[in-house]
Amino acid sequence: MKVRPSRLAAAALMTAAGVSLAACSGPSHAPAPSTSADPLAGTVTVLAAASLTEVYGDLAARFEKLHPKVTITENFGGSSALAAQIVQGAPADLFATANEATMETVTDAGLADGTPVVSATNILTLVVPPSNPAGVKTVADLAKPGVKVALCDKSVPCGSAAISLLAAEKLSVTPVTLETDVKAVLTKVELDEVDAGLVYVTDARTAGAKVTQIPIPDAANVINRYPIVVLAGSTHKAAARAFEQFILSATGKAALKNAGFGAP
Amino acid sequence: MPDSVPRSARRRGPAFAVWVIAGVALALLVLPLLAVLLSAPWPRIPALLIAPETLQALGLSVLTAVISTALCLVLGIPLAVVLARSVAWPVVPRRLLRAAVTIPLVLPPVVGGLALLLLLGRNGILGRVLAAAGITIPFTTGAVVIAQTFVAMPFLVFAVEGALRGADRRVELAAASLGASPSRVFSTVTIPLIAPGVAAGAVLCFARALGEFGATITFAGSYPGVTRTLPIASYLASQTDLDQSIALALVLLVVSVGVLLGLRDRWLPGVHG
Repeated sequence: MKVRPSRLAAAALMTAAGVSLAACSGPSHAPAPSTSADPLAGTVTVLAAASLTEVYGDLAARFEKLHPKVTITENFGGSSALAAQIVQGAPADLFATANEATMETVTDAGLADGTPVVSATNILTLVVPPSNPAGVKTVADLAKPGVKVALCDKSVPCGSAAISLLAAEKLSVTPVTLETDVKAVLTKVELDEVDAGLVYVTDARTAGAKVTQIPIPDAANVINRYPIVVLAGSTHKAAARAFEQFILSATGKAALKNAGFGAP
Repeated sequence: MPDSVPRSARRRGPAFAVWVIAGVALALLVLPLLAVLLSAPWPRIPALLIAPETLQALGLSVLTAVISTALCLVLGIPLAVVLARSVAWPVVPRRLLRAAVTIPLVLPPVVGGLALLLLLGRNGILGRVLAAAGITIPFTTGAVVIAQTFVAMPFLVFAVEGALRGADRRVELAAASLGASPSRVFSTVTIPLIAPGVAAGAVLCFARALGEFGATITFAGSYPGVTRTLPIASYLASQTDLDQSIALALVLLVVSVGVLLGLRDRWLPGVHG
């Protein structure tokens, strides 16, 4: 992806603003060498895929307990929207996406500090409202006329994964809506406004009894890999890197596994 | 202005500060739009504009906004009449009515969309009854129209109400005293009196409907040709192809500004040629 000079200038401006803001934030973030040996301090802004909402929220709370002077601010959304925000100069420290293609828009723009590391994998599953109004039993039922299906738009990772999966199943599905992120698909199913949706297994697990999950036998053929990277514009690189390492540590891996993610 | 007022008092002092602040306000409104124009990928624009997805989204947006505006006129003018007459009501119902009309202006559109889903969704309070009769509204072009009408209605109602209040009631009374029935007075005297206000309200209503995003994507979803209007297409494009997104934004901008400028001279009060 090409970056025009004006965008670079905007990114530089935003970074400068971030630096001056950090400088102004004053004593609360200044190191207090006499009381603690923990050198980590500051606010780490994390932009992460919507499907990471619960597990990253939990990991951030645990990390903040270990490092009281660090505040983790998280913003979850569709991976491509977040990538676009970073390319447009949004100030952030750590970036985690739901596939490698969206991560590439940021690495190709030279905005990553180092090479992204895959922290987890995810596969799709079929979810229906508990009442299962259309009597969906297998993924093949999505192609039946009259079955209202919600999918992610092709511009977000869950959408490209859904297209690959349906193509692999040789199914021609006409959805009623193409949502902007996986949580929006889940909401439409939870509200019982659609008969079925394709979401990640992790989202189906989070939703609990609000949806019924129907496993797709060949779902593992389409695997989304979740890369994470510290951003070049980060103003708190030490703390950002520490949080990244925490996510990649045994603790982080256990939390991701617990949420239903696969090992990298 | 009388000449006895000193020139300095008229030209300097507070007036200068007002000019400066007004300039800042105008810059805040206009500069972002200018930024869109300046960062537009002009060489690619013609190709992006005639792309099938652009034309499809534009067609859907114009169609739904026209229908929404018509609905706002049909439903909104009587509501404006009631609102204008409500000045004579007790304070509580009067304020409740005004608040009800104002709500779509202050409610985040996404919340409005969710509220529509909870009412008219197939599992919603009214939607359940409709679904039993075989009618489902969400994810249809009709849902887009309902979402747009919901958010745009106040623009029409307040414009028409303002015109009604400003209208000279003595003309209506004169018509009535000459034997015209109330409905005849309304259609042959009141409506022509408030026509400029109705036109102004319709223009604002159309522009608001055209730009509607949050309520639409929540209530109607997003599917090309059915519910994916220009603002939704522009948002989705912004995630993957910013040039495409800017091109779509330009179309919205040109249509909205064109409508506002084009109709203003002819219809809006205060600019009778």
